Amino acid sequence: MGRVIRNAVRSVQWGMEKTGNVLGFRRRGPTRGTAVADSATAGAPNPGTGPSRHSADERTLSARIEAVAERSDTAAFAELFRHFAPRVRAYLLRGGGDAGQADDVVQDTFATVWRKARLYDRRRATAAAWIFAIARNRRIDVYRRERRPEFDPRDPAFQPDPLPDGERALTAVQRAEAVRKALNTLSEEQRDVLRLAFYEGETYAAIAVRLGIPLGTVKSRARLAFGHLRAALEARREALT
Amino acid sequence: MTIEHHPGDELLLAYGAGTLDEATSLLVATHLALCPRCRRRLDLAESIGGEWMNRTRANGTVDETGIDSAMAFAPEDDEPAGPATAGSGPFLFPQPLRGYAGGDAADLGWRAVGGGIRQVRLKTRGKGAKARLLSIAAGTRVPEHSHGGEELTLVLAGSLYDRGKWYRRGDVDAADASVVHRPAAGPEQDCICLAAADARLKFSGVIPRLLQPLHGF
Ligand SMILES: [Zn+2]
Repeated sequence: MGRVIRNAVRSVQWGMEKTGNVLGFRRRGPTRGTAVADSATAGAPNPGTGPSRHSADERTLSARIEAVAERSDTAAFAELFRHFAPRVRAYLLRGGGDAGQADDVVQDTFATVWRKARLYDRRRATAAAWIFAIARNRRIDVYRRERRPEFDPRDPAFQPDPLPDGERALTAVQRAEAVRKALNTLSEEQRDVLRLAFYEGETYAAIAVRLGIPLGTVKSRARLAFGHLRAALEARREALT
Repeated sequence: MTIEHHPGDELLLAYGAGTLDEATSLLVATHLALCPRCRRRLDLAESIGGEWMNRTRANGTVDETGIDSAMAFAPEDDEPAGPATAGSGPFLFPQPLRGYAGGDAADLGWRAVGGGIRQVRLKTRGKGAKARLLSIAAGTRVPEHSHGGEELTLVLAGSLYDRGKWYRRGDVDAADASVVHRPAAGPEQDCICLAAADARLKFSGVIPRLLQPLHGF
């Protein structure tokens, strides 16, 4: 992956079937642009921004998705767009797309946000994690011309979680806080693997080539990093009980 | 149902990051449909993605007309109210596998490939692993083989014995390129499983000539 298939958008059957809305999204050149001033404040780790501020932001963003779901709130949707669209676009560009293609996928992502807002569950995901997952899926469809196989909780063969929601260890916001802190305490080697995988969309094999290390080492760093994050979550959960 | 053998954390992470090939994603997603434990880990993986997106310093501008067009171009909610698929089961194959296979185990055109093994190849796109469904007759051993790369096997019915362990519905058996093995179906019923392997199987020993059809794997 990471190979950019130029002009893929118009020929991608999948994108067409699943969204029916890919055509007409390409808008090049300067038009009415929004400078995204608020994004800088949510940037890289900053000791000045404590978890409580982040949490408040996250609850606000979750509430906006719910407002879209419940009453097709266009103002709430515009706020979500202003907050996340530049980030989604940056994510897509990191993954190797050209600007026009990235703009198409941004549009596609937000069309999906608008349409599927009612499927959002704040217990499972923060707004950022939910929108990340949508953008990721759209990227796979459009950039790689592959489908994204996903389970379907409404499927009769789906195995529900026996744990009632109330017993779920942490809320999504608490989990995101723990992840935020734990990412900062990972070794640089482990953090690099997560960044390349999640943010640049690189396979482990591509990461191995890029870092000049064996594939097995990349996988073990990924496992160690994940183990570290899970331990941090567990510690957080214990601290709360 | 108690699942004992889960996909490795590196697979769940890569599924969350969206970097697995389609065949491997299909296997992981099908396991996830059966495994609440791994779905919780996926939630964690996706929160890493969300956190990385939060850390992005957006540069440049995004066209605000996108706000209106996203709403305008978005079709009405196309989700059916009820279950996403026809029929009510019980199904052996959860989604997304049932969709890829075009039906449940009993609906498929299984093709005998010799040695008591039948298969259905699944269509996935892109490079990387290929996915196939295998039905191994009760008590049958798969010929000894190794792989050019990793092979993942998700058991859906019956049981599979491999290298000292039993695998049952929902369990994932992972064998990397260094493994030479000959898994066997348990005696109680045919074993149906989904396999994703990123290279052709390599058969060893003197028997393989007799098992030529299996090279169609
Ligand atoms: Zn599992």
